Amino acid sequence: MREANGVMRKHRWLLVLALLVAALALLAAGCGGDDDEEAEPAATTEEATTEAAEDVTGSIKIAGLWTGGEGDSFKAVLAGFSEKYPDVKVTYQPAGEDLPTILATGVEGGNPPDLASLSSPGVIKSFVDKGALQPIDFAIDALKENYSEGFVNLTTFDGKTYGVVFKGANKSTVWYNTQAFEDAGVEAPTTWDELLEAGDTLKASGVTPYSVGAAEGWTLTDLFENVYLRTAGGEKYDQLAAHEIPWTDPSVKDALTEMAKIFQSDNIAGGTSSALQTDFPTSVTQVFTDPPKAAMVMGGDFVGTFITTETKAKIGEDADVFTFPSINDSPPVVVGAGDSIVMFKDSPAARAMVSYLASPEAAELWAKRGGFSSPNKNLDEAAYPDDITRKLASELAQAETFRFDLSDLQPAVLNDALFAELANFVKNPDDIDGVTGKLEAAAKKAYK
Amino acid sequence: MSSTGSSTVTAAPPVTEVPPPPSSRGKHAISLAFLAPAIFFLGVWVVYPAIRTLIRSFYSDRGGEFVWFENYEALFRDETIQTAIKNNVIWVLVVPAGVTALGLLFAVLTERVPWAPAFKVAVFVPLAVSLFAVGVIWRIMYQQDPDRGAINAGIVAVQGIFTEQGALTTAKPSTDALAGSPEGGLTLEKTVQQGGVALLGLTAIKAGELPAEPEQAVTPEATPDGITGVVWRDFKPGGGTPGEVEQDEVGLGGVTIKLRSAADGKTVDSTTSNADGSFAFEGLEEGDYRVAIGKETFSKPFQGFNWLGDQLITPALLIAFLWVQAGFAMVITAAGLAAIPRDLLEAARTDGGTEWQVFRRITVPQLMPVLIVVLVTQIIGVLKVFDLVVSIVPASRRDSATVIAVEMWERSFSGQNRFGFGAAISTFMFVLFIPFLVLNIRRFKREN
Repeated sequence: MREANGVMRKHRWLLVLALLVAALALLAAGCGGDDDEEAEPAATTEEATTEAAEDVTGSIKIAGLWTGGEGDSFKAVLAGFSEKYPDVKVTYQPAGEDLPTILATGVEGGNPPDLASLSSPGVIKSFVDKGALQPIDFAIDALKENYSEGFVNLTTFDGKTYGVVFKGANKSTVWYNTQAFEDAGVEAPTTWDELLEAGDTLKASGVTPYSVGAAEGWTLTDLFENVYLRTAGGEKYDQLAAHEIPWTDPSVKDALTEMAKIFQSDNIAGGTSSALQTDFPTSVTQVFTDPPKAAMVMGGDFVGTFITTETKAKIGEDADVFTFPSINDSPPVVVGAGDSIVMFKDSPAARAMVSYLASPEAAELWAKRGGFSSPNKNLDEAAYPDDITRKLASELAQAETFRFDLSDLQPAVLNDALFAELANFVKNPDDIDGVTGKLEAAAKKAYK
Repeated sequence: MSSTGSSTVTAAPPVTEVPPPPSSRGKHAISLAFLAPAIFFLGVWVVYPAIRTLIRSFYSDRGGEFVWFENYEALFRDETIQTAIKNNVIWVLVVPAGVTALGLLFAVLTERVPWAPAFKVAVFVPLAVSLFAVGVIWRIMYQQDPDRGAINAGIVAVQGIFTEQGALTTAKPSTDALAGSPEGGLTLEKTVQQGGVALLGLTAIKAGELPAEPEQAVTPEATPDGITGVVWRDFKPGGGTPGEVEQDEVGLGGVTIKLRSAADGKTVDSTTSNADGSFAFEGLEEGDYRVAIGKETFSKPFQGFNWLGDQLITPALLIAFLWVQAGFAMVITAAGLAAIPRDLLEAARTDGGTEWQVFRRITVPQLMPVLIVVLVTQIIGVLKVFDLVVSIVPASRRDSATVIAVEMWERSFSGQNRFGFGAAISTFMFVLFIPFLVLNIRRFKREN
């Protein structure tokens, strides 16, 4: 035994040595790889945009948020590009929720995709700060022509523009079950007081008023943003977004006080604790079952897609939508969001793709397929498949007062805190001071 | 028996794979050649990343800046990480012991029950399912709403056998005239005398509990020697006027109405309402009475445990994990059990040992090496538990159910991109593993 052990020990040394050599070789290889990636784009820039379509060659990889039906729609848009530029090979990688992870590791490892869609200007900014993104100033004229200033500014940092907002979302909408409204004898409300009154009437009729998918934090931040933009106004909204006023500001508490009027347990389908386990798709479908579990679900235009695909309800007949009501005579405002196309690696093919996606013709390809609101104001509205989509999309593209989803403007750490604290607020709507205090603590850390 | 044990143990050091001691240098070269692929892959996927992670943990989140132990300091100050460590401790205390005990129990049982193979398959099959899929299944089963969550649905079904559900589970009084609460029964605030008419208006009756053949509610005529009244749905589309029986408001038939003496509160009489909601008590003595609807009418079915809430979420996770791992422990333990010499057991029995004594003094000590394998494997498995937590816990409750591995992923990826911090968590986790790895390696050596 002892002898054998001795030999084994020698072996182990050999092993360790071999492993170390392997590790060192890899370290060296890894570092070398980084340098190559950084050197490349500089060589191929400049001459891009003026080239004729058939001259652009190469291959580009796009990583996107859109999967499933949305992924198919985006592929249809890409097919339009391939018709124009047959010599460019385009691969689309539908990454869904994992996209920020894939991009972050891609950048860290020196191998990001050429283009990607990102939903959060906060995330875009963090990539800009790292120096991972290429400005798209070559397309600035097209952007200014096709988009209102608010949308161009969203992706502009230090005077340089880094993204095209390709797909917009109008989040200032509330969807409802028309039969439940009819049974209770209520009309679509236009003011907050009317909404609360309609809620009480619905309750008396035996239907729970609101469905909330609070298992996912963004449903709650969307609601908060809509209320806050209306109670505090656009100026405060911008200040809060930039953390120029603290989260303990009275305006935040006022907004939460209004929200608390909704979050009474008997107002929410299944009660608030059940709402915290309800994911977003369920929060939509349970409004359109028979009998419905709730009468309304507060969610953006994308709720329409879920109604069409996941329920038997027909939009315009069984399901309808109203604009998020005005609070204390607030003027019409839209809270929205947008997925932007950004460029990690500069090349003529990537530039051609960015310019193409900024054009109305690209937007039209998806608009025809539905489930899409384009912020592109030069898109012919006839492209939208139905009246409701058209109305929501035009509210968005033409909006005078448009504010981007506030949580998406925050650093990820604060965004996570917002999700967590608003969930706590749903559980305990009386603890407004506790919620704002914790949010401010998280914001201080994030903005340090 | 030990060979079964060690071959299933994960993370076995490559040392065990070394062939019998060679006698010459040539054989060294040959064994190295055979080992080379394993060393290469280990180097690429284990050693190199581990070293890089260790180095990375001393750099700032964005990289570039050497920050010494700052990430580690932040780690131990972070509240959520503290929760994660606390939860991991619970996991380590409960799961390995629980899995080992269950495995032993099942292994002993399968030696004695008929249909043992079927039983074994039933216990073992969960192990063949991906942990993430297991998580998705349990998440659905754990839903609080009994209409969605199988576990609560089961509890409700069993409970429904023993308790009767009321006819109007969601109803509430329409005005303050009815006092009390649905949970304790509703009583008309004013006393009623002979010739009086009692109006019992209810609202918030859910769709399924409305009369199938609705009849207009009718206020009955007063009778000189009795009390009459009506119980009706005090709601019509738009709300109507609370407290008044109006056109289009329907009567509630089959509701048990109680008449109590105002003086001593004793129930004098009780009756059931007609289809139009009317009821009458006749031949009453003079005096003050109270009209009430008993709490039985409103008794709700069980609302379900809040499995995914703050309190039960970690136990819920542990149950799911035990369900998966019990099969593994059973198979290993059963193999060990089969290897125990029968004559040893027979001898003990002939010496007059009871079954319990034989189990305690012979079976368990003989099995000890196998049980330790199971225990150590489980400790390592539990320290790195990740997929089950991610897939079961709703995002809204992640902060209370989180574990170290989940935090590592959350901080490093999912948009936060705090690579330095994440690397520090990884390294911390690795340090936690070391004692158990050492333990395992020592054991292998002993067995060799």
